Amino acid sequence: MKKIGILVEVKDGEIKTANYGVITAAHGDDHELYAFVLDGRGDAYKDELQEYGVQKVVDIYEEDGEIPWNPEIWARAVIHTMKHFVINTLFGLTSAQGRDLLPRIASSLDSPLVMDCINVNVADHTVRKSQFSGKVLATIRLSGHSYIYGIRPNTVEPEPAPCEAEVIPYNVSLSTGKMLIKEIRQPESAGIDLTEAEVIISGGRAMARAENFRVLHECAEVIGAAVGASRAAVDSGYAPHDMQVGQTGKTVSPKLYIACGISGSIQHFAGMKTSGVIVAINTDPDAPIFEKCDYGIVDDLYEIVPLLTRQLKQALGN
Amino acid sequence: EAMKIYVCVKHVPDSAANIIIKERNKFDESVKYVINPYDEIAVEEALRVRERDGDSEVIAVTLGKQGAINTLRIALAMGANRGILIETNERPDSMVTARALKAAIEQDGRPDIIFTGKESIDSEGMQTMYRLANALGMPAANNVVTFSVTGGQVTVECEIEAGARQVVEMGLPCLVGAGKGLNNPRYIKIPDVMKAKRKHVNQVDLDSLDFDKPSGSLEILELQPALEKRQCHILKGQPEEVVQKLVKLIREEGKVF
Ligand SMILES: Cc1cc2nc3c(=O)[nH]c(=O)nc-3n(C[C@H](O)[C@H](O)[C@H](O)COP(=O)(O)OP(=O)(O)OC[C@H]3O[C@@H](n4cnc5c(N)ncnc54)[C@H](O)[C@@H]3O)c2cc1C
Ligand SMILES: Nc1ncnc2c1ncn2[C@@H]1O[C@H](COP(=O)(O)O)[C@@H](O)[C@H]1O
Repeated sequence: MKKIGILVEVKDGEIKTANYGVITAAHGDDHELYAFVLDGRGDAYKDELQEYGVQKVVDIYEEDGEIPWNPEIWARAVIHTMKHFVINTLFGLTSAQGRDLLPRIASSLDSPLVMDCINVNVADHTVRKSQFSGKVLATIRLSGHSYIYGIRPNTVEPEPAPCEAEVIPYNVSLSTGKMLIKEIRQPESAGIDLTEAEVIISGGRAMARAENFRVLHECAEVIGAAVGASRAAVDSGYAPHDMQVGQTGKTVSPKLYIACGISGSIQHFAGMKTSGVIVAINTDPDAPIFEKCDYGIVDDLYEIVPLLTRQLKQALGN
Repeated sequence: EAMKIYVCVKHVPDSAANIIIKERNKFDESVKYVINPYDEIAVEEALRVRERDGDSEVIAVTLGKQGAINTLRIALAMGANRGILIETNERPDSMVTARALKAAIEQDGRPDIIFTGKESIDSEGMQTMYRLANALGMPAANNVVTFSVTGGQVTVECEIEAGARQVVEMGLPCLVGAGKGLNNPRYIKIPDVMKAKRKHVNQVDLDSLDFDKPSGSLEILELQPALEKRQCHILKGQPEEVVQKLVKLIREEGKVF
């Protein structure tokens, strides 16, 4: 049996759904999957994790209980755990948290790491990932004494593989780090994280002013979508920069991406081309986005989106 | 007091460049190259620190082929004092790159702050800065959107998920990976380009640097163009009808609700 560690991400006491694709990516006939949970509530997640094939839930804690968030210290806790259980392969998410943890773990272990993998072959240590702003798909081989893989959220379809998991409490003692997390500042309206959202509805220059984004937010609320923006919308001050999708913004891979009043530049596509279904709503039938999407509606977004919101509400029965 | 501020800048193909693959795992490099956009933000922040305290020195460092000197020139034209080019004909992975950057920086001086970008747009590695900081025994914060340094103490805000930010404090020396919202880099004027030509660039050969071989590596086996397989279907009809079709389609194919 090959032991594989999976760094599980939890938010507000719940496992993020994007983790299940990571577990599926790590799954294999002769693999023993160890899920690492750092919020001290491993027991609570056992049922969900075993549903996808996790055999061991390692509940990592400190003497005083939960390990307070600090990427330096969490990275060390994971390394201790890997060493204790003699695990040399680690999977995680290329989410905001994964981006701050996996490279720290890899650098301490002097281990090769590939972030944003869309496919992993554990047996021969090869992965596929996009490079050059999504224009190229690279096949990369990792060599070393340990291997770390960051999976791009939503790119691996989760497959249930039920088994019976065991919860193993693991007590680590950690010294303090070189950096201090003073505070986590939440935005005024805490939305769904773009990089992990299953549905994204984005607005471009056609939004024309910040208030008009309300049209998109209303629609997003109905189906639990996140709201994104093009750079033109961000640079014009209609949306904050953390909403930007694209080469200099976020790379996203939702199951459904709805682009409203976005022309479809290379740089915007760099950030969303690996989405499942892409829908474009644009008044210009010649907009380049219509050459690169699955479904197009040539019409005014201010007419279409409110209709969509209404019909989605009906379809969902509320 | 005067600080030594190093900025790691990477020479990368322009995001709009057409990447033509050759020999299975290489690409035609005769395309337009630019300074990695996040590294440009890193240079700008380093210059702002120097402008506030007066005496600090900003040194731009790149590892790449001879052509990477053009990216150093951009950093120099923006205002960096001098540059270091670590020359190689290969495209080393981030484990080697971080070791080489460390060796070249240490050979040059004692860094107080190292600025990098949050990631490079060609290899999209997302790790070189953490490896560099770890090798130097420094704390590192990445995707930084606000930065300040006072009395040897650095305070930054890092963008984390869904627009939230974490406020991080670190002592000097430390490494800061620049994120998009940190600043708007200055435009370069023609006289700056002329001045940059007279600034000093120290060229060192990658092979001349002394560092331990990493215990692992990444090897690019193959590059393939990411094909656009999509065939667009324009939904036609009255708005009500069109939206009805769309709802049905995203239900069936998007499998999101
Ligand atoms: C180095 C670099 C990095 C970049 N990074 C990014 C990035 O990360 N993300 C990004 O998005 N861009 C990025 N860009 C910018 C990119 O090149 C485009 O300029 C930008 O994406 C255009 O945004 P847009 O589609 O919203 O605006 P436009 O191109 O102006 O398109 C607006 C569209 O809205 C349509 N429209 C107008 N009114 C309506 C209406 N009422 N209903 C429906 N449709 C309507 C128009 O027909 C048009 O097609 C980058 C550029 C560079 C050079
Ligand atoms: N060849 C290089 N030369 C100089 N800096 C580099 C190089 N490669 C990476 N870096 C720095 O490390 C950051 C992260 O790179 P990466 O790990 O490739 O995403 C970049 O934004 C640069 O600041």
